[in-house]
Amino acid sequence: MAEPIKIDKYALKFRDEVLDTPGGEHLLKCFACGTCTASCPVREVDDQYNPRRIIRMVLLGMKHEVLHSNFIWLCSTCYTCSERCPQGVHLTSIMRALKNIAVREGIIPPSFRMQAKAIREMGKLYEIEDFDNKKRARMGLPELEKKCPDLEALISQGKLKDIK
Amino acid sequence: MNQYSLFLGCTIPVRAQNYEASTRKVAAALGIKLIHIPNFSCCGYPISSLDEETAEVMAARNLALAEKAGADICAICTACTGVLTETAQALATDEAKRQHMNERLKDIGLTYNGGVKVKHFARILYEEVGLERIGAKITHPLTGLRIAVHYGCHYLKPHEIYDGFDSPENPHTLDELIAVTGAESVSYMNRMRCCGGALLAVDENLALKISKEKLDQMKELGVDAIGLICPFCSVMYESNQKKIETTFETMYNLPVLFLPQILGLAMGMDAKDLGFNMNRVRANAVLEKIGIN
Repeated sequence: MAEPIKIDKYALKFRDEVLDTPGGEHLLKCFACGTCTASCPVREVDDQYNPRRIIRMVLLGMKHEVLHSNFIWLCSTCYTCSERCPQGVHLTSIMRALKNIAVREGIIPPSFRMQAKAIREMGKLYEIEDFDNKKRARMGLPELEKKCPDLEALISQGKLKDIK
Repeated sequence: MNQYSLFLGCTIPVRAQNYEASTRKVAAALGIKLIHIPNFSCCGYPISSLDEETAEVMAARNLALAEKAGADICAICTACTGVLTETAQALATDEAKRQHMNERLKDIGLTYNGGVKVKHFARILYEEVGLERIGAKITHPLTGLRIAVHYGCHYLKPHEIYDGFDSPENPHTLDELIAVTGAESVSYMNRMRCCGGALLAVDENLALKISKEKLDQMKELGVDAIGLICPFCSVMYESNQKKIETTFETMYNLPVLFLPQILGLAMGMDAKDLGFNMNRVRANAVLEKIGIN
C-alpha cells in the first residue's frame, strides 16, 4: 500500500504561493481528468513526467518534492495541455510559475544559468562573432551588433540580477 | 502594411542564415519591405522560465524599438512570435502593466505606447499577401514534390493570442502555402506534435526521442522533405538528424527546408540565393526531382 501523504497547514502555503505567482492563478480549477497527461509529448517518451501528478503534488503542498524534482524543467512549453484542458487550468503557465518559484529559491539548472548569463552579456543566446558578420556580409545579410548594453542594464536591475 | 521590422532572434542570425536569406528574397519579390533593426535582442522566451517579468521587459524593449522605427514586427521564429505577440497584447490592453514596463524601460531611454502588432512571416504571407498573389508569382511549380509540414507549437498556441487565424488542432495555413507551389503537403499522424527543442539543453536524450517519433513517421510515408517555419525545430530535425540516426541506429537522410526556401524555388529563384548550400542535410535529391541541378 502507498504511504499516506501528511498535509500540514504550513505545506498548504505552497499552494497559495503558486496561486499568487503570475501564471498560477487557475490552479484550483483542476479536477484531475488527466487530459494534460494524455496529451503530453514528453509523457509519451518518459513516463516519469506526469503533468496531472505535478498539479496534485502542488495542491497537496509538496513544495520540496516539486521544486527539487527534474520534471518541472521538462515541460517543452508546447501548450497542448493548455489547449485541451476542459477546465482552463493553463498548465503551461503553471509550469512556468513553478520554475519561476524554484529560481527564487535558488534552484536553477546549469543550462538555464548559462542561457541567462549569455543573454545578460550579449543580449542573445549565441554570440555574434566577427566570423558570423563576415559570413552574413558574403550572403548579403546586414551586420548585427555583438553586444547589447541595454540588457545588461535591465537585467542588473531586475530579479535575475544575482544570476552569474 | 507591407513594411515590417524583421525580428531574427538568437538562432537565425548564426545558425539559420539560409532561413533569413530566403525570407528576405521572398518578401522582396512579394512587395514586403523588411526593416533591419540591428539592436533587437533575444525575444525573452528563454528567460521566461527563470523570471517572467524580465522576459516581458525584454519583449517590451524589442516592441519599443519596432515602434520607434514605425513598423510592426515580422518574426520568423515561432517562439519569438509567441512571446512578442503575448507581450504586445498584454501591453496594448493592460495599462498598469504598460506603465510598469515603461518605468523599467525609462532607464535605457525607451518608452512603449502599445502600438506594435506581431505576426509570423507565414501568417503575413497567408493573411496579407494571400494565396492568389503568391500563386501569380509561381513560375516553376514543384509538381510531384511531397512535403511533410511541421507547424511547430508557438505558431498557433496558445490560441488566445492568435485571433483564431488558424486552428491549433487541425491547421491548414502552411499546407495551403505549400500547395500553392504545386507541391503536395502530406498529412501524417501526430503532425501537431512538438519537436522537443525546448528540452535539448535540459535532457538531450529525451529531446531527441521526441524528434525521432515524427522523423519515423515522415520517413515511412516516403516524403521528399520536411517543411517548417522555426529555426529551433530545424535544429532538432536537421542539425540533430545525424545524432538521432546514430543514437537510435536508424537512417533518415531527410532534407529539412524552410517555407521561404520552398516558395522561393517555386518562384524561380536560384537555390544558392535561397541558401540551399547551407542546408546540413543535402537537398540535392529535392532539387533534382524538380529539375534543378
